[in-house]
Amino acid sequence: MNSFAAAQVPIAAYLILAAALFSVGVAAFLIKRNLITIFMSIELMLNAVNLTFVAFAHMWHQVSGQIFVFFVMVVAAAEAAVGLAIIIAIFRTRQTLNVDQIDLMKS
Amino acid sequence: MQLALFLIFGGLAAAGAINLLLQRHPINSALSLVVVMMSLAVLYWSLGAEFLAASQVIVYSGAIMVFFVFVIMLLNAGEEERTHGSRAAYIVGFPGAAAIFCLLSFVFLSERHALGSSNIGGYLNHVTSNIAEISTLLFTKLLLPFEVTSILILVAILGAVVLARKEQ
Amino acid sequence: MSHLSPFQTFLLLSILKVVVVLVLTLMAVAYTVLLERKFLGRIQNRWGPSRVGPFGLMQPMADGIKLFLKEDLLPIAAERPLFIIAPIIALACSLISISVVPFGQVTHVAGVDIFQIADLNIGLLVILGITSIGVYGIALSGWSSNNKFALLGSLRATSQMISYELALGLSLVGVVLRAQSLSLRDIVNSQSAHGMLSWNVFGGFQFVAFFIYLMAAYAETNRAPFDLPEAESELVAGYHTEYSSMKFAMFFMAEYANMITVACVASLLFFGGASSPLGHLLPDNFGGPFLTAVFPILWFIAKVLFFLLLYIWVRGTLPRFRYDQLMSFGWKFLLPLAMANIVVTSLVMALRS
Repeated sequence: MNSFAAAQVPIAAYLILAAALFSVGVAAFLIKRNLITIFMSIELMLNAVNLTFVAFAHMWHQVSGQIFVFFVMVVAAAEAAVGLAIIIAIFRTRQTLNVDQIDLMKS
Repeated sequence: MQLALFLIFGGLAAAGAINLLLQRHPINSALSLVVVMMSLAVLYWSLGAEFLAASQVIVYSGAIMVFFVFVIMLLNAGEEERTHGSRAAYIVGFPGAAAIFCLLSFVFLSERHALGSSNIGGYLNHVTSNIAEISTLLFTKLLLPFEVTSILILVAILGAVVLARKEQ
Repeated sequence: MSHLSPFQTFLLLSILKVVVVLVLTLMAVAYTVLLERKFLGRIQNRWGPSRVGPFGLMQPMADGIKLFLKEDLLPIAAERPLFIIAPIIALACSLISISVVPFGQVTHVAGVDIFQIADLNIGLLVILGITSIGVYGIALSGWSSNNKFALLGSLRATSQMISYELALGLSLVGVVLRAQSLSLRDIVNSQSAHGMLSWNVFGGFQFVAFFIYLMAAYAETNRAPFDLPEAESELVAGYHTEYSSMKFAMFFMAEYANMITVACVASLLFFGGASSPLGHLLPDNFGGPFLTAVFPILWFIAKVLFFLLLYIWVRGTLPRFRYDQLMSFGWKFLLPLAMANIVVTSLVMALRS
């Protein structure tokens, strides 16, 4: 094996990748106007946080971090089911997915 | 090997995330999110969390994102247009996200020696299976949270059915 | 090979394994199509293809050449990139899952197991995961062709595959409980003690799980009697209505490669994989080292062939389901039955230990 094959990656690199994914998720959450895309950027943020959990679990040599990720996945699945049902209900009444036109309280 | 995996799939994940931001059509955004999730699964595997890698693929990219794509197809959501609100979001959003990124990476970089570095396959590989470890913990110490989440899922299913049903 | 480092040997042998398995799988796909046409023909009291070569054995080549040379149509209204990428996803996913299948007993050459591309400790989950990714190929193909029949077919296919994935995954839990591992190699080894008697379907009392798996897998691969997504009488051709030439061939190959994967998994999980049904009745080193390595592969191929024939037999025998029947069958019958199977299996195992 050469030195490249044995090279290790600092945990900080994983964390920075997670930070990058998280901030892209935040930006997408703020900028996107489509309800479904906004929902997807929430999923992206959850995934970024999961990566930090796994990286820390690796660092501390414990599985607790991985169990956290497991629960986050389960809750994300439940959240996606309810969220998408709400989106379908909104689309039925408003015929649009643009968040600027779904300010129900004002109209 | 670890470095190569990190460079390839970390790069893929970052590219997918940025593509999600840039694409106008929701289905393209959804597919780039799938790419992010698949490459995260590989990263999980390289960090010694093979069970999570598998469940990431099965749960996230195989179920949740299929559901998203399904809803996009069903509602036939078109491209989004720029509006008033989006311009305000541009002014706040990009600097805010950049500030979060800079802050987090500053913290991580300043603590990088304390964080150490990773080695491929993780630490549990040779001793015992990761899955055995996780399941032992889940079904003994964390049994109550496990059952509570299953009830949560049941409630979520019922809620989704009630919400998405047509009015009689 | 002595001047190569272990890493280089590993790399070379792995690439060789991948290429050999890929070529063999594609050949098997081509000849499964021929097998289906011949066998279905005999079921329906006709000959099947018999003109090209002896017994029609060159028919797959002729079909391949025909599909290669046809014009590749691209509808104007189609979403170009997704339309092109969808068949690639479908074919790639169906071919990847073969990589964790152990074809024979552990046989090391230069430190590398030559009868399995990768022995992962989550092999079973990998197969399930790859199958669930394969849904994208079908969903995107229907959406991007901008055709209502294709869209309806792909919506049907997607919801059918997601629904039956649950029953499929749950039916395998009993097997995993018995083997106490997710690695396919361990699952096979757990059934190889007394030949046929220790197979999961007989000795392991997993026959309920086996039938759930079989039915759910038929629905997963969109085969008769669950071939609603491509019901000709309702939907023209379903999700691949707009596809032609090689792109159509990719979907076609993906379907048959999925069939082969399902047959492999069924024989691995329930019928002992590459282990002999006779157990140790034959001496273990029967006929020297070469035959000991080859016999398990022959058993495996025989089992896979049996499941492929079963596929075709079912297609030739059963009529198509109605769509609501399909859904209620999956959700109201298969899923509760799979759960009951898990409960009973784990109770028996807990009482025995």
